[in-house]
Amino acid sequence: MAESHSPGDLVVLLGTPTAESSRLYAITLRTGDPSWAGALAGVALGLPVYHIIEEEVKRQIPAATYEEHVALMEMAMDVGDIASAVSAVREDSA
Amino acid sequence: MELKGRKVIALGERDGIQGGTLALCAGEAGAQVVLEKTYCFV
Repeated sequence: MAESHSPGDLVVLLGTPTAESSRLYAITLRTGDPSWAGALAGVALGLPVYHIIEEEVKRQIPAATYEEHVALMEMAMDVGDIASAVSAVREDSA
Repeated sequence: MELKGRKVIALGERDGIQGGTLALCAGEAGAQVVLEKTYCFV
């Protein structure tokens, strides 16, 4: 999938529930599987990865849609930690 | 990062936000969803 589209066109949106799982997904999609156990071991896709609860993403979604479908789950998530984890991976691997 | 006009890979999780929800939100933000998955690690 990533190879059949221009990297500049693609964005990955995550819905992972914790900072650790978000970090793991982000690293895998940026620099390859850190556990070296899966198909993406050593494969640096370099994809831009964002979590849906990040402000940069959230503000682009119609407020009514976000409220109806995401806001309840967002309340159960550690939004600050998740956003920090994903943005740190983007910056570290930029 | 602008979602409008981009191609989105939506990777959801059953215990978090599911792929269908991510795809819906991305679509309403003007993106084209090219892959949508919901993973479950239970």
